[in-house]
Amino acid sequence: MIEVKDLNKSFGEAHILKGITTTFEKGKTNLIIGQSGSGKTVFLKCLLGLFDYEEGSIAYDGNIFSKLTEDEKRNMRAKIGMVFQGSALFDSMTIEENVMFPLRMFTKQSKSEMQDRADFVLKRVNLPNAHNKMPSEASGGMQKRVAIARAIVNNPKYLFCDEPNSGLDPKTAIVIDNLIQEITDEYKITTVINSHDMNSVMEIGEKIVFLKDGLKAWEGSNKNIFKTDNEVVTDFVYSSNLFKRVRKMYIKENS
Amino acid sequence: MTYLHNIGSYFLMIREMFRKPTKWSVMRQLILNDINDLIIGSLGIIAFISFFVGGVISIQTALNIENPLIPKHLVGFATRQSVILEFAPTFISVIMAGKVGSFITSSIGTMRVTEQIDALEVMGINSLNYLVFPKTIALLFYPFAITFGMFLGILGGMAACTFGGYSTLTDYITGIQTDFETFHVYYAFIKTFVFAFVLATIPSFHGYYMKGGALEVGKASTTSFVWTAVVIILLNYILTDVMLG
Ligand SMILES: Nc1ncnc2c1ncn2[C@@H]1O[C@H](COP(=O)(O)OP(=O)(O)O)[C@@H](O)[C@H]1O
Ligand SMILES: [Mg+2]
Repeated sequence: MIEVKDLNKSFGEAHILKGITTTFEKGKTNLIIGQSGSGKTVFLKCLLGLFDYEEGSIAYDGNIFSKLTEDEKRNMRAKIGMVFQGSALFDSMTIEENVMFPLRMFTKQSKSEMQDRADFVLKRVNLPNAHNKMPSEASGGMQKRVAIARAIVNNPKYLFCDEPNSGLDPKTAIVIDNLIQEITDEYKITTVINSHDMNSVMEIGEKIVFLKDGLKAWEGSNKNIFKTDNEVVTDFVYSSNLFKRVRKMYIKENS
Repeated sequence: MTYLHNIGSYFLMIREMFRKPTKWSVMRQLILNDINDLIIGSLGIIAFISFFVGGVISIQTALNIENPLIPKHLVGFATRQSVILEFAPTFISVIMAGKVGSFITSSIGTMRVTEQIDALEVMGINSLNYLVFPKTIALLFYPFAITFGMFLGILGGMAACTFGGYSTLTDYITGIQTDFETFHVYYAFIKTFVFAFVLATIPSFHGYYMKGGALEVGKASTTSFVWTAVVIILLNYILTDVMLG
């Protein structure tokens, strides 16, 4: 579980995150949604410790990150997996080397142990035969799977994904979403996902934090996001005609 | 103001580069890869340029000696001096600022824009140590590449002189042995070590701290070349004044 209290972040004059308080639950896929520019990536990078913030606290299972010593922070980071928006695979390494990288840096495993583990996670993300390809030879969907495999290879307790299905076709996007949710459930990870995709919201939004201009405008789950009367949320959710129709049908079915 | 700020960040980067070192088994591999990319990969162009420019230096020297009182072996002497003192250490370093420098800036810059550097940081790796330190160590071998360039430059001069009929082989060899000062070689080596450090760190700085996308990677490479060359030329002046003046 990750608890965020009154998080404030500015870049110079620009106040980006304005006092966010929320919790992300263990074994669940927690979504941060909102329009482009609403501060999702900045929020995620604060959670990861890539950005400093002026005010507020972030606690990982009770440990306030900013109060840890350098060594404790490093140990904490080893428990974090991250899937970047553009996958961020190391393009000088093969897919297998990418997946083995966290093990090579942080464990004392032998080469064959690392290969076995890489093999296992690559199978888990349905890429059984791509070990020796370079990232540039893989499609966007494959790169995302490799990024997920690299993020989970060292058994993280926390998994962060920045728009994991942006740039993918709708079908692959759902496959990736479901994969993340299965892994979250299977290994009881605290997963936090940035998204602006309504399909993800419906598929895997077990807990949703809605950001608008750096403020938490709403919080709930995919069960109640269609019922809310909060205008800011409905404005975002029903920006497409498809979802306007979904809402009508939903209200009809439930009345 | 921004200049001062950049100079400050540059020195902070160098300090940061030595903190929290990467595991040796991984670092060793990175250093070997960089030696291969930056040093071995440059030997071809260094050989080519040195050989032919050495040839041109000797031909031009020969053509400028019209006075019969000036001994013929001066051609070899002048070629040796130009190649060891200036051509190999400085001229080649400016060319390397283009070749090695833009390679370093664009490869680190690409890692920045594709969030690969963030990926390293999230894992708790000191990305400056991981990326810049091995390049700095690899470029410690740069003086060897320059020695190779010196050798080929003098050889090129010899080939041009004897095959072009500007001087005889014996005269040329007498020339390159005349008044040999070991200190000149030290001077050249000290220069190359300093330039090697500049060649590794200034392009890394421009790549590491760049912002933007693919277009900016291109711009950063150009800026990095200009600054690396300017700093090399200025340091060349200062070092020459201090050591030979
Ligand atoms: N490194 C940065 N420096 C200055 N401003 C930034 C930086 N990163 C993001 N911002 C600003 O913060 C705001 C939120 O951006 P971001 O979190 O990337 O939005 P998104 O919700 O699309 O992920 C934007 O206005 C952006 O310009
Ligand atoms: Mg974003």
